[in-house]
Amino acid sequence: MALLSISGLVAGYGGITAVKGIDLAVEQGEIVTLIGSNGAGKSTTLRAISGLVRPRRGAISFSGQPITSLLPHKIVALGISQVPEGRGIFHRLTVRENLDMGAFQRRDREVGADMERVFALFPRLKERAGQTGGTLSGGEQQMLAIGRAMMARPKLLLLDEPSMGLSPILVETIFETVTNIRAQGTTILLVEQNAAMALEVADRGYVIESGVISLHGTGAELARDDSVRKAYLGEA
Amino acid sequence: MSFWLDQLVNGLTTGSIYALIALGYTMVYGVLQLINFAHGEVFMLGSFAGFGVIVAAGGADVSGPMVALVILLALVAAGAASAASATAIERLAYRPLRNAPRLAPLISAIGVSVFLSHLVDDGFLNGEGRYYPQVFPADTIEIGALTISYLQVFLMASSVAMMLGLSYFIRSTRTGKSIRAVSENRENASLMGIDVNRAIVATFIIGAIMAGFAGVLYGLFYSTIRGSMGFLPGIKAFTAAVLGGIGSIPGAVVGGYCLGLTETVGRELLNEIPGVNLPNEWRDVIAFGLLVVILIFRPTGIFGERVSKRA
Ligand SMILES: Nc1ncnc2c1ncn2[C@@H]1O[C@H](COP(=O)(O)OP(=O)(O)OP(=O)(O)O)[C@@H](O)[C@H]1O
Ligand SMILES: [Mg+2]
Repeated sequence: MALLSISGLVAGYGGITAVKGIDLAVEQGEIVTLIGSNGAGKSTTLRAISGLVRPRRGAISFSGQPITSLLPHKIVALGISQVPEGRGIFHRLTVRENLDMGAFQRRDREVGADMERVFALFPRLKERAGQTGGTLSGGEQQMLAIGRAMMARPKLLLLDEPSMGLSPILVETIFETVTNIRAQGTTILLVEQNAAMALEVADRGYVIESGVISLHGTGAELARDDSVRKAYLGEA
Repeated sequence: MSFWLDQLVNGLTTGSIYALIALGYTMVYGVLQLINFAHGEVFMLGSFAGFGVIVAAGGADVSGPMVALVILLALVAAGAASAASATAIERLAYRPLRNAPRLAPLISAIGVSVFLSHLVDDGFLNGEGRYYPQVFPADTIEIGALTISYLQVFLMASSVAMMLGLSYFIRSTRTGKSIRAVSENRENASLMGIDVNRAIVATFIIGAIMAGFAGVLYGLFYSTIRGSMGFLPGIKAFTAAVLGGIGSIPGAVVGGYCLGLTETVGRELLNEIPGVNLPNEWRDVIAFGLLVVILIFRPTGIFGERVSKRA
């Protein structure tokens, strides 16, 4: 049984249907990537999983349990965290408070130790622990967003374009972090426009075009595919 | 000299009440971008609950150390009644309209406000007011040229204590942080696992407790209470919240005191100008004149952020 399974998902906004009946599965321990161009429906898919948009049709289940009509905080409680597009940092809260928010539902005693782990992973955040989120640079905000999502100890981490707007070196760091997070046992669904990097770290990938899955396969297969190379890897 | 000190104390007294009520406006605006026009009636209901407790305890016959206990009970009852009514208003009048155009909940708020004030005035009291029993010792303290009543000392000190409590709550507790997160971005807060509805209800309850508390202080100080009593202090407190920057908690406090002082000290300062003689009734003119001026020249208020950031 897949950890996350989506079947026949249709979702949109008002008169717009952004996702037009997609099937997608993520197995325990995998990194799965969802690639596609602007407006293809990637974020809408993640928003539907997190309960931010209500699916019009289709079913989403997590560990076999249907989550299609749950409220967002209930979905977090089941073990799905999302780093949303644009990072979603609370600008008026300090770095430390942002991390606290990530652990909002946890009552155990290891929250402090987990925060130290995030600080060890991203020492820059430790230096800025008392600063408000709005004063961080884009890269620091992305680190904070990922660290904050990890504070929930999710089973499944949804990442929406974590490399967006970052320098090549930072992009490397972020993808390394993604690999490390998986190595520690967290399953990952990664939305990216940076297809080259995404396919390199992913076990499997899906290509979404205008709300429909046009292709899927292993990361290596997709990276070799002619249409993918043309459309997403910038090759002639 | 003593005249100006008296004005200062009067300004801080009314300012305390405005500040306490303004907190509820600004916090609800923070989480919902809604002007809760029924907040003045939440204040009124708290005032009546406190009145009920004091009357039940024997009214003006209460004396000695019992006074402290009765007032404490009145404050607790007021907080509870205000919190319960605010929770009901949120559930019945605002939540069903959460995704409606912004004008809809505003009209709903005005409807609730008119309904409650008339329900109390016409439904229960036949248009008559009630008089808060004067349980507080009428003694005054003199500090140099300043004469100040025990009641004023209690009113100002307890208001500050409530505001410090609120500030601690918002800054340091789990619920307080969830309220701040929801105020900044409801969707991102929900991705943290915050139950957004719960945070919104908590916001209404905290604002209501402050208003209920203010209701008792108002009754003790001004003595007459009625169903329509929430209208003017409510709209003044709203002015204070706008003055401080709606959505900002320190703004509501500073705005409340500024407005209280403008009405009293400001009016008397204007009277220093030869040929000007503004009687006490002018306080309302000054308060709302101030509102118009702020809305024209600095709509974001003292602590307000640029509106575009919220939109
Ligand atoms: N809040 C919204 N209201 C209306 N339409 C929306 C909204 N959000 C997205 N859309 C539309 O839905 C479609 C899919 O958008 P979505 O955000 O899922 O794309 P995406 O694949 O994440 O794109 P990008 O790579 O640019 O982030 C687009 O046509 C977009 O214009
Ligand atoms: Mg997107």
